[in-house]
Amino acid sequence: MIRVVLPAHLRTLARVGGEVKVDVEGPVTLRAVLDALEAGYPMLRGTIRDHVTHQRRPFLRFFACEHDLSHEPPDTPLPDAVATGAEPFLVVGAMAGG
Amino acid sequence: MSRVRVLVGTRKGAFVLTSDGKRERWEVSGPHFGGWEIYHLKGSPVDPDRLYASQSSGWFGQVIQRSSDGGKTWAAMGNKFAYDGPTGTHQWYDGTPHPWEFARVWHLEPSLTDPDTVYAGVEDAALFRSTDGGQTWRELPGLRGHGSASSWQPGAGGMCLHTILLDPSRPGRMFIAISAAGAFRSDDAGKTWRPANRGLRSEGIPDPAAEVGHCVHRIAMHRSRPGVLFMQKHWDVMRSDDAGESWREVSGNLPTDFGFPIDVHAHEPETIYVVPIKSDSEHYPPDGKLRVYRSRTGGNEWEALTKGLPQSHCYVNVLRDAMSVDTLDPCGVYFGTTGGQVYASADAGDNWTPIVRDLPAVVSVEVQTLP
Repeated sequence: MIRVVLPAHLRTLARVGGEVKVDVEGPVTLRAVLDALEAGYPMLRGTIRDHVTHQRRPFLRFFACEHDLSHEPPDTPLPDAVATGAEPFLVVGAMAGG
Repeated sequence: MSRVRVLVGTRKGAFVLTSDGKRERWEVSGPHFGGWEIYHLKGSPVDPDRLYASQSSGWFGQVIQRSSDGGKTWAAMGNKFAYDGPTGTHQWYDGTPHPWEFARVWHLEPSLTDPDTVYAGVEDAALFRSTDGGQTWRELPGLRGHGSASSWQPGAGGMCLHTILLDPSRPGRMFIAISAAGAFRSDDAGKTWRPANRGLRSEGIPDPAAEVGHCVHRIAMHRSRPGVLFMQKHWDVMRSDDAGESWREVSGNLPTDFGFPIDVHAHEPETIYVVPIKSDSEHYPPDGKLRVYRSRTGGNEWEALTKGLPQSHCYVNVLRDAMSVDTLDPCGVYFGTTGGQVYASADAGDNWTPIVRDLPAVVSVEVQTLP
C-alpha cells in the first residue's frame, strides 16, 4: 500500500480528505504510483502530468523521504520507505502565484 | 413565476446567483471550485439544469465540470484536449513559428438541441466538441486546417478561441472568433471554415484590411435574426447584415470604441449593449465613469446608461464573456467587472443595481431564464 499526499486542490477534486492509498503491482516507481493514482481517481488525469506525454506539470514537484524526485526518470524505483508505506509520496504544488 | 439564474465565473471560483422574476432579491451560492480560475459556465438550452464549467489552474491545468441539478452538485468530466493530427505551428509574438499548445478552455457552448453535445473554444485556438456530456473531447480540425492558421498570432491574453455562436435557423452554420486571428464561419457543422473579416480594419497589423489577423473581442447574435451579427473588435464596434460576409463600422458617437463585451436585447434585435473602455493600454472606463452604452438602432446612435453605476473613480474592466441578458419582459441585462461586482438591470439598462460587490475578478457572466 503506497501512501500519497496530494495538494489541497487535488484532494478536493478527488473528493478525498487526507492521504490517498493506492496499490501498485510490481516495482514501485514514480510512473507506477501515478498510474495507480490516476486509475483510482480518474479526475486527476491531466492535473499532475500531461495526458499524452506524461510529463510532470511545471508547477508541481514530487517529494519523498526529504528528497526531490521531480527530475528522476519515471521508472526509477521509489525509496523502500515509500514502497512499504512507512513514508508517503508527496505531490507538492509550487509556492507561487496567488 | 419565472426565475433567473446567473452563472458567474471568476478568477477564484464560480458563483451562482438566483432570483425570482422580479430580480430584486438574490441568493448567492459559491464559491464553487474555490481557488480555481473559472473562465466560463453555461447551461444547456434544452436542459437548463445541465451546466458545464471550465475550471483551470496554472498548477493543475484544465478540468471540465458538469452539473445536472442547476449547479448544486458537480462532477468532473473528461479533460483530455488533444489536438487532432500533426500539431502544426502558428506565429509567436516575435513572428517565429510556435507549436500549438493547449492552455485552457475559454468558452463552452452547449448545443441548441442536445444536452450531451457541447463545444469548447480553447487556447491555443481550436474548437473541440463533446457528444457524451463532456466525458470525451475531439477537435474539429478543419478550423486549424485553414490555410491561414500558420499565420495566426496570439493577442495579449493568449491565442484564444473565445466566441462560439450557433445559428438556430441553419443547423450546421456556426461562427467562432479568435484573438487575434478574427472571425470564421462554417456552414457544415465545423468541417470547413472560411474567414469572415471583410470590412474590418485594424491599424495594428501590416495590412489593415487583411483577411485574417484581426483582434476580434466578441460577436453577438439575436436568435431571431442570425444573419445579423454585432462585433466588438479591439477597436471599433462593427455590424454585419449578411452573416459575416461583410462588416461595417457602427461605433458612431461612442466615447471610445475599444471594449470587450457586446450583447443584444432579448426582444429587440436592433438594441445592443457595449461597455466602452478607454484604450488598449488603459483597460478601464473613460473618465472613471462606468457606463454601459445602448443603441436602439443597431449601432451608430448610442446613449449612456449610468443610473446605479459608479460615475467617479471607477477603474474596473468588463471582460469579453462577462455580459449577458435574460429573456424576461422587460429584458434583464447583466455584467461583471474585474473589481468583483455583478450589476443587473431589470429594465433593459435604464437602472442598475449590484447583485454582489466583492467577488474575485469576474471573467464570465451567463444568464438562464427558468420557468
